[in-house]
Amino acid sequence: MIVLTVNGKKTEIEKSVSITDYLGTIGVNPKLVVVELNYEIPDREKWSEIMLSDGDNIEVLKFIGGG
Amino acid sequence: MFNESYRYARQVVLEGFGAEGQAKLQSSRILVVGSGGLGSPILLYLTAAGVGTVGIVDFDIVAPSNLNRQVLHFNGDLGKSKVESAETKLKDLNPEVNIIKFDTKLNIENVENIVGQFDIIIDATDNFTSRYLISDCCFFLKKPLVEGAAVGYDGIIMTIIPGKTPCYRCLYPSLPEDASIPTSSDIGILGAVAGVIGSMQALEAIKLAIGVGETISGRILTFDGLKSGFREVNWKKRDNCHLCGKEPKLTKLSEGIT
Repeated sequence: MIVLTVNGKKTEIEKSVSITDYLGTIGVNPKLVVVELNYEIPDREKWSEIMLSDGDNIEVLKFIGGG
Repeated sequence: MFNESYRYARQVVLEGFGAEGQAKLQSSRILVVGSGGLGSPILLYLTAAGVGTVGIVDFDIVAPSNLNRQVLHFNGDLGKSKVESAETKLKDLNPEVNIIKFDTKLNIENVENIVGQFDIIIDATDNFTSRYLISDCCFFLKKPLVEGAAVGYDGIIMTIIPGKTPCYRCLYPSLPEDASIPTSSDIGILGAVAGVIGSMQALEAIKLAIGVGETISGRILTFDGLKSGFREVNWKKRDNCHLCGKEPKLTKLSEGIT
């Protein structure tokens, strides 16, 4: 079991997956968000290669531009 | 003590504010880009607080669908330019404030001239193209920028100090595909949500102007209006940021957003 902290809440996943695949499992369209992994913002092009591991801290931030 | 006849009596008694803080506000020049859902509360609070010079940029005219949230514009303003409508209310609220109107859309040609006339910039626009233009310009002109945005029930706010804090492109490296991002015309916007974010933007600008407290820098506040909760997300500079990173690719203001 891998324990992640996602937007401040602990959550468990069965096995390591990429950022892109993780977003898919929680029903988030990757085009609509920015992901911060362990307080760094990885390049979007690398999301499909970066595998999440136990203890990772993830923030999924929506693109918000309205006013 | 200050008596009831003094307009700023209730803020100059604040700890860390005083007559000195008021004097700093009165000598400050703050630009608000957009006078809509965010811009309305921002402009009202800055004007009420006695900021010396307030600039307003907006090219739009007041439409009925604006009125659920753009609290600076009233029924009688329908069809008027937003900057005119805004100026009338703000002058009525506080005639001591110098209002400068820019009845135009910010673009690559005019942005440096307009931004360059002010000390603090507040982004209250409704689209990413303007946000990148403003934040890039503030980076190059070294102007503090208070970024805020709201859509649906959600909002986000951060204050960017060039050379000190991460920049807008550290968070959003490149322009999202504009058509894919939901706007207030797609998913709506509740006026009170824009009010929360706009009020916080005004607060940030006032704190920057008088030099009190801590601004939302190196962190981002996100607001969930349905849960009525804020979250704070720490945020770092990106070494490979195209604007403020170690080997920047954007070395001057340019129209093509990369």
